Amino acid sequence: MIELQSASVVVDSPQGPITLLEPTSLSLTEHRIGIIGPNGSGKSTLARLLNGLVLPAAGQVLINGLDTGHEGREVRRRVGFVFTHPDAQLVMPTPLEDVTLSLRRSVTDKRERRERAREVLAGIGLADRAEVSVHALSGGQKQLLALAGVLATDPEIVVADEPTTLLDLRNARLVADRLFGLRQRLVLVTHDLDLARRCDRVLVVDDARVVFDGASDAAVDHYIALAEATP
Amino acid sequence: MSELLGVYRPGTTFLHRIGPGPKLAFLALWSIAVVILRGPTASPAFLVIAIAIAAWSGLHLRRSLRTMRGFLLMLALVAAFQTWQRGPEVAIAVVSSLLALFLVGLAFTATTAADDLLSTVERLVAPLRFVGIRPERIALAFALVLRALPAVLDVARETRAAARARGLDRSPRALLVPFVIRVVAHAYATGDALAARGLDD
Repeated sequence: MIELQSASVVVDSPQGPITLLEPTSLSLTEHRIGIIGPNGSGKSTLARLLNGLVLPAAGQVLINGLDTGHEGREVRRRVGFVFTHPDAQLVMPTPLEDVTLSLRRSVTDKRERRERAREVLAGIGLADRAEVSVHALSGGQKQLLALAGVLATDPEIVVADEPTTLLDLRNARLVADRLFGLRQRLVLVTHDLDLARRCDRVLVVDDARVVFDGASDAAVDHYIALAEATP
Repeated sequence: MSELLGVYRPGTTFLHRIGPGPKLAFLALWSIAVVILRGPTASPAFLVIAIAIAAWSGLHLRRSLRTMRGFLLMLALVAAFQTWQRGPEVAIAVVSSLLALFLVGLAFTATTAADDLLSTVERLVAPLRFVGIRPERIALAFALVLRALPAVLDVARETRAAARARGLDRSPRALLVPFVIRVVAHAYATGDALAARGLDD
């Protein structure tokens, strides 16, 4: 279970402290959880709280009982994170090496590690691109590889921060279908309302607050009304 | 050039079969020899050997030269400056040495899988565990450098294109400031990426 207990995020700036997320309490148990809202509303901050990339200034974030503040390493081993821009996530020169890097902690035998990496790449549809330069991959393939790198660590939860925003329609659908096919719990930050409607529960974030929390259709309608009401 | 640097090319050549340890040792000795023994005769000889090693490693020299255009242009400028300042013999020595180092470096990255390199460096620095240093961290940092070099070159290329798009390609400030900021941002992003996979400790 994902639990936020009055968790807030505040950062310092020359103009004084800025609140990126007001105190928020949530209990997330659904399999597919969507987060939607305008740019700069606090969606990514909320997502980054879930694997300890951002720590709460006050309150607590618990992932299956583990506190992100005190047990960050344990949390990050359980919560994989897919970034908007896959280039930021790919740290090795070829797909095979990138996925192999993810497996270094869990698989000690070198040969087995490479075999497992190939299996992960095959599972995500990149078997024939295993040994090309990551520069040679398309945007969709890079995002799939970023997802493969995360899945190789066998996380319990996958948090994806606008993973389809930079992709064309075909690649966006490909990545979305892979994400929605995961057995892991998925937390998806997205501007794609069709994707949001596929979630079991959707949070609408605006002005650093969760302003709606409920079923996907109602949440999307709320967000559309919010956007239309904003001058 | 960024596509070329740091990319492992699977193969079955002798260089592929040698472990990363001996190759690292050779690379270190090679670099020392090229720098210490540089001269108008020795340096071109080193370059010829480097070309042979690069070809032996399976690198496509023609393709490599094509993607090295930026680097070759820089070498041409270095050669012109050295010829003007210190004469053609020094220019030949400097340019040959730089190319010899670069080509052998390429041959090393082209024939060494990052995972093998990580394991070797981890093993080499394992004794430092007793003084509180974590070998896996050193090894990861070492391997990340290979990836960081092409990424930094990409940032430089994009920054230059952005400055040119605004007609500021002759302004050092318009090139340097965003370049430094973006490189630092890249370092943070890499840290986040490793953390996202649970590899931050």
